[in-house]
Amino acid sequence: MKSNTQLLAQVTEFIGYEADLLDHKAYQEWLSLWTDSGLYIVPTDLNETDYLNTLNLALDDADMRRMRVARLENGESVSAISVGSTVRMVSRVRILEAGDDLVIARCAMTLNELRHGKLVTYPANVEYTLKPTAEGLKLEQKVVKLLHADGFLRTVSFIF
Amino acid sequence: MSQLIDMKNIGLQAADMVDVEKGRVKKELYSNPEIFEEELDLVFNNTWVFVGHESEVPEAGSFKTAYIGRQPVILSRDRKMNLHVLQNRCRHRGATVCEARKGKTKAFTCPYHGWGYGLDGSLRALPKPEEYDGVFDKSEMPLESLRAESYQGMVFATFNNDIEPLEDFLGGAKKWIDLFMKQGGGYPVKVLGEHRFNFPGNWKIQLENTTDAYHFPIVHKSFVSSLDEATADIFDFLDGEGFVEDLGNGHSVMVMIPQLVDLEADLDQPIPERFSALAQALRDEGKSENEVKKLVRAAHGTGFNLNLFPNVSCSMAFFRVLRPVSVGETEIQHVALGGDGAPDAFNHKRMRLHEHFQGPMGFGTPDDGEAWERVQKGSMAGTDGWILVNRGMSKLRTSEDGNPQGAVCSETGMRGAYQQYKKMMAAAEEK
Repeated sequence: MKSNTQLLAQVTEFIGYEADLLDHKAYQEWLSLWTDSGLYIVPTDLNETDYLNTLNLALDDADMRRMRVARLENGESVSAISVGSTVRMVSRVRILEAGDDLVIARCAMTLNELRHGKLVTYPANVEYTLKPTAEGLKLEQKVVKLLHADGFLRTVSFIF
Repeated sequence: MSQLIDMKNIGLQAADMVDVEKGRVKKELYSNPEIFEEELDLVFNNTWVFVGHESEVPEAGSFKTAYIGRQPVILSRDRKMNLHVLQNRCRHRGATVCEARKGKTKAFTCPYHGWGYGLDGSLRALPKPEEYDGVFDKSEMPLESLRAESYQGMVFATFNNDIEPLEDFLGGAKKWIDLFMKQGGGYPVKVLGEHRFNFPGNWKIQLENTTDAYHFPIVHKSFVSSLDEATADIFDFLDGEGFVEDLGNGHSVMVMIPQLVDLEADLDQPIPERFSALAQALRDEGKSENEVKKLVRAAHGTGFNLNLFPNVSCSMAFFRVLRPVSVGETEIQHVALGGDGAPDAFNHKRMRLHEHFQGPMGFGTPDDGEAWERVQKGSMAGTDGWILVNRGMSKLRTSEDGNPQGAVCSETGMRGAYQQYKKMMAAAEEK
């Protein structure tokens, strides 16, 4: 068992690494961060935790993640081609549960997107469920709780 | 006086920008703010506007908020289970009495001075009422109520007390609403949730899109690529037997997948690969093979988009609801549907399919949004110009219901909608 400081450093490094991959559109490497059973979730209802039983903005299993990445990479999606850059800031990382099998952490994220010359901002709380493996931490679940999840969002052709 | 005449003329000018004979509309209809203001008055405040589905207010005390154009309204169900559509505006100093999106309540209480209204809109109580002695009686000050009528659970309301009953307005669309509601798989259709997004463009761009099959293989290529081969074949419908039919009053139906028009027919079809897990889950729950086939077929959604003028579409498996915010901004809801009391596996599959294509993060909507944004931008190019909606105009036939019908990728539905628009905008003259 690591000390809290060591674990916090390891989780913070992982979250920063994931953010860097997504901002630099290294989607194939991002896919390799996941366990096979992992779920990427962007809920519409911030009070809901039964995600399978609820309509979400995204609820991606491994197949859907692969398809989402393919859509962003294969040059067939006009909105994906038009996306400029994203820059996300992550901070306020806190370990909520430090088990041997799973580590649960929460952080603040602000994603900025430049789209057709206009800046769009997405503040969110992000909850990570991470699985320690021989190859380091893997994503078992990532829940992106957008501050304006139940409002009228702009369309999204990137990955939070 | 001259200003009044000008105001009248804007409606007429807009009506003149629809060239029915040649199947084209002036691009200014997307970008002129004065025309937009007239549309709110002459179209949205003057016809039946969809405000919600009865399943969204299932119990006594249930409510949801909605808009008719720019006007906030509340859809509520009272203790006797009657539905009401009320203006969301206190009769005292005019604050909204409800800001929640949906919920359950016993009363709507104004936050400003505490006037409390019942679910039917009646003014029940107010602090220190004695100061109104001899001024007015409580019974004179209910929340203002709109005329509201339902068809197949779809609730519409209007500010115009003189227009035809809802069922007459829906007319030829009713047959298609009946077919659409078969997708509960033997259970009543129920709202499961909704996606909300906006785009920087005029509401008519969205209105047109729901009856536009021509764009599908181009704009949604990346979605089709994400499907298995058999499903991708189903979505390859431009060369098929589908059609677009003008149903009158601005409504139209676009049949893309004819074999999925009646979800209760052809139940002996084999279960497609992508629904095999759903079928097995239903069998594991003890459903008979017949029920499994009925539910699996219903899980597809229908093979058509029914466009109801001006703000709602029964679009394959969901409701598309639009709201005009300004001349260059539109809010859209993609309302997911399932079966009320249907097996969880069925409703889960319906929600996962909805997430796949719909909403701001679906595999379809962002590409639509990109195209619409470009249309709005493009409408600013040049001082004059036309938007073409004349596709398939020379190849119209008469449907079995006696309506004009064209190819699946024709713009027959758009022309129908613009004909109704022209009629309503031209009514400015009579005002």
